[in-house]
Amino acid sequence: MPHTLYDKIWNDHLVHEQDDGTALLFVDRHLIHEVTSPQAFEGLRNSNRTVRQPSLTLAVADHNVPTTDRSKGISDQESKIQVETLEANCKEFGIKLFGMDDKRQGIVHVTGPEQGFTQPGTVIVCGDSHTATHGAFGSLAFGIGTSEVEHVLATQTLVQKKAKNFRINVNGKLPLGVTSKDVILQIIGKIGTAGGTGCVIEYAGDLIRSLSVEQRMTICNMTIEGGARAGLIEPDEKIFNYLKGRPMSPKGETWDKAVEVWSNLNSDNGSHFDKEVSLTAEEIIPMVTWGTSPQDVITIEGKVPNPNTEKDLDKKNSIERSLKYMGLKPDTLAKDIKIDKVFIGSCTNGRIEDLREAAKILKNKKKASHVHAMVVPGSGLVKQQAEQEGLDKIFINSGFEWREPGCSMCLAMNADKLKPEERCASTSNRNFEGRQGRGGRTHLVSPGMAAAAAISGNLDDVRKYQN
Amino acid sequence: MQKFISLKSIPTYLPLVNIDTDMIIPKQFLKTIKRTGLGKNLFFELRYDEKGKEIPDFILNKKPFCNSNILITGKNFGCGSSREHAPWALLDFGITCIISSSYADIFYNNCFKNGILPIVLNEDKIKEISEYSNRKEEISVNLADQKIIYGNNEISFEIDPFKKKCLLEGLDDIALSLEKSEKIKSFENKIKNQRPWIFND
Repeated sequence: MPHTLYDKIWNDHLVHEQDDGTALLFVDRHLIHEVTSPQAFEGLRNSNRTVRQPSLTLAVADHNVPTTDRSKGISDQESKIQVETLEANCKEFGIKLFGMDDKRQGIVHVTGPEQGFTQPGTVIVCGDSHTATHGAFGSLAFGIGTSEVEHVLATQTLVQKKAKNFRINVNGKLPLGVTSKDVILQIIGKIGTAGGTGCVIEYAGDLIRSLSVEQRMTICNMTIEGGARAGLIEPDEKIFNYLKGRPMSPKGETWDKAVEVWSNLNSDNGSHFDKEVSLTAEEIIPMVTWGTSPQDVITIEGKVPNPNTEKDLDKKNSIERSLKYMGLKPDTLAKDIKIDKVFIGSCTNGRIEDLREAAKILKNKKKASHVHAMVVPGSGLVKQQAEQEGLDKIFINSGFEWREPGCSMCLAMNADKLKPEERCASTSNRNFEGRQGRGGRTHLVSPGMAAAAAISGNLDDVRKYQN
Repeated sequence: MQKFISLKSIPTYLPLVNIDTDMIIPKQFLKTIKRTGLGKNLFFELRYDEKGKEIPDFILNKKPFCNSNILITGKNFGCGSSREHAPWALLDFGITCIISSSYADIFYNNCFKNGILPIVLNEDKIKEISEYSNRKEEISVNLADQKIIYGNNEISFEIDPFKKKCLLEGLDDIALSLEKSEKIKSFENKIKNQRPWIFND
């Protein structure tokens, strides 16, 4: 019987299966951070349990760390305790940690791939919903809660039920200035924020195959915004080349054997998908969100919806509520939306290619005077690479702040946040009410679109700044 | 884990769709290293104004709903972040049963790890039961029978048998999985042969 990529990874990790289909799944790779792990370690201690395979877990502090000068440590006491608790727990249980002063420190979903910890065909979990990012490598990667983090630490397994197979095909070529961020925003707009609930999404088609590894990560990253816990892509030569020589990648003969196994990770011809959706790349143009859910997307040429044209009462109420929160009038043109801040960073768009894309637009241009703009690289290594390429100078010359790596204003747990009613063009993944700060208004865009917005002072079409 | 067997309470009806976990418990409360004490910050931005004062119109600030154990709400409840702080905050507030037409997957799983029963009903039934919130009348939930009883009516709900058993008995699923240690061990040995790079540290 033909199997999908998801079926194959699932079958390869079955430790035990009950009659009712509940399975015990082996976890190859576990990433932890300071926010969702302390209670898990406390649970282990309370029940006198140990970490079964410390070498299969990797820790990094990211959510809570300051992105300004770190020489004086963390001034927020609660954040400081949380980061120190992670350090103490890793020491006690023998888990490898990239501390705040380590140049390998960064957002957990940037660090994992960068170190070669993320590998094809593996089951990867983390107490963070954006774990789907790693699916770009052909792994089954998904976010879990803290009780499940504790379960993985204690048993190196998870209790799971199999999800449905959902394939999204994107074929064709993207027009100039259109990126994988626009592709995933378009997909979420099409399937809705719960469209993938209960499913694992496989992204396929020649457009997906043509994307770079980092562009694929952006697509898989936002899978959760479409309700699916995991999104994955068949691994290929690009993935193997990306991983070769990374610190935690296999080496020598083991590398050859790994590539041989990885090369067979694909969905068989004729395998069954419970759901299937197709998009044409040529039809995708730069996207922005107007509302408070990632499904609230319009094109940069479009306008904000009018609730009076909506017949469904729940949807009408929902549009009205979002417009009120966002401080927008119905039928406003996207390009007429003035912004106060620009945030470039996050696990969605904080990697080197994202910074290059933004810098290309910003080169020899200044941000609008009323806009406050910042770049937060996804990791210390991304920051170092960007500085070697002189990207930091381009950003600084444009009037951007050049920060230390972390999650920063994607979720505003540290000091980086919006004030009430401030409006931000952001390369992050969520535009929920209060996500970037109480009363803050978020418009999700690609890095190039964020750069264009910074220059124009309003949401704008990146294509007009293409050289 | 606390067992869930049955419950009787005046339900709280919060008719919003796509309530995300940021809305259930905002990030500033994720800095805790404990599971408890989050109830006072549940739905923080809906419950308190910018000065931290209770918003009197918000349903959970009103009697009798401030003592409610059942939350009836719109579809796709608990979407977004995986934070288990969301069910911890609900539990700490006293909510141990949620009724919605759908849930986000991670949140749904997290509920069962904390003795919270998330019930799925169709939208028509939800509207019908929400009347009991408007009228401030109690409804009953019985997990063993998989029934909600309201007035002279009752309705059955579906639940995965294994999840039901764990809730009814308050089972520790780590202990259950550790009973399979031998199987895990032989699986690890198999990996060491077939995919040696997994343990290659």
